Amino acid sequence: MAHKFKKKKGGEIPAVNTASLPDIVFMLLFFFMVVTVLRDSNLLVQQRLPKGDQVEKLKKDRSVFIYAGKPSPRYQDKYGTEGKIQIGDKYTDISNLSFALTEARAKLRPELQSKIMVALKVDEETNTGLVTDIKQELRELNMLKLIYITSPGTPIEN
Amino acid sequence: MADIAFLLLIFFLVTTTIEKDKGIARQLPPIEDVEDPPIIKQKNLFIVNVNRHDQLLVEENLMNIKDLRQAAIEFIDNGGAPAGSPEHCSFCQGNRLPGSSDNPNKAVISVQNDRLTSYKMYIAVQNELVAAYNFLRDRESQRKFGWKFTEMKRSIDDGNFNGSAAQQERIEGQLQEIQDMIPLKLSEAEPKKSGS
Repeated sequence: MAHKFKKKKGGEIPAVNTASLPDIVFMLLFFFMVVTVLRDSNLLVQQRLPKGDQVEKLKKDRSVFIYAGKPSPRYQDKYGTEGKIQIGDKYTDISNLSFALTEARAKLRPELQSKIMVALKVDEETNTGLVTDIKQELRELNMLKLIYITSPGTPIEN
Repeated sequence: MADIAFLLLIFFLVTTTIEKDKGIARQLPPIEDVEDPPIIKQKNLFIVNVNRHDQLLVEENLMNIKDLRQAAIEFIDNGGAPAGSPEHCSFCQGNRLPGSSDNPNKAVISVQNDRLTSYKMYIAVQNELVAAYNFLRDRESQRKFGWKFTEMKRSIDDGNFNGSAAQQERIEGQLQEIQDMIPLKLSEAEPKKSGS
């Protein structure tokens, strides 16, 4: 019976118990699924949104985003500090706006294309003139529903 | 282990809120050639002018943005048409000045911006004017139906309305009624070239 109590030679490490691995993996998976916010375009312009409290929620499935503002600091030496418009992943000129918007509209679900809503995310330091130009283009394209995205808070600082 | 995993999962599901964009919704006027535009009486027009230094000129008076909401409420709610005339406003609680608006459904607020007005100021003005309309709509829906217009509209928009489909339809009709009583008539003039 002596061999029963014999110590194993070489000190092999027992294999790690992997029975709980699926649980851990699922937990991480769910965690990241929940906290991750998908963002489909990377911002080329500064975005400090103005504050507002008389707000409505945006319906994401039928909206197209237009970003405007000064170029972000890392692009400023290339593009200057004049207000610029961004649609999707690139800067857009005011004359190309209608083309870019028509393209963006075509990507929406067909039944929602007539209900398209344009979401304007404009930096608070931009001149209103740029916004007016965008609105004029929108009127010509007959995209009349518009939402000015704001950040929560009251606009009047005390 | 599985229990702990589910516990954590549920914990994160409950506590994490996904950020949602919110903003001020607006309808643009379509481009159409109006043969003869409707004539709006001077007294039914409330002119808000913002210059390029972000200063407000309301009905020819310099005004602080803080006072804009109250001034707009007084204008919309004025109800200046005399009793008996077709434009008489039965629910208005304003001062009934003959020189101000006749009826909320006649009152038009016109905003004029300079091209160099900051977007921050532009949104602040829009926000205050929408707030004035919301205040009056809330007041009227509270009086007529016993709930607040903005709260009810939000709960229906969010799909949080608890009640049957028939009830919801009835409420939507009532919302429309309030909107017709106090329509949001905000017009924006083409901005002037800077330097004015």
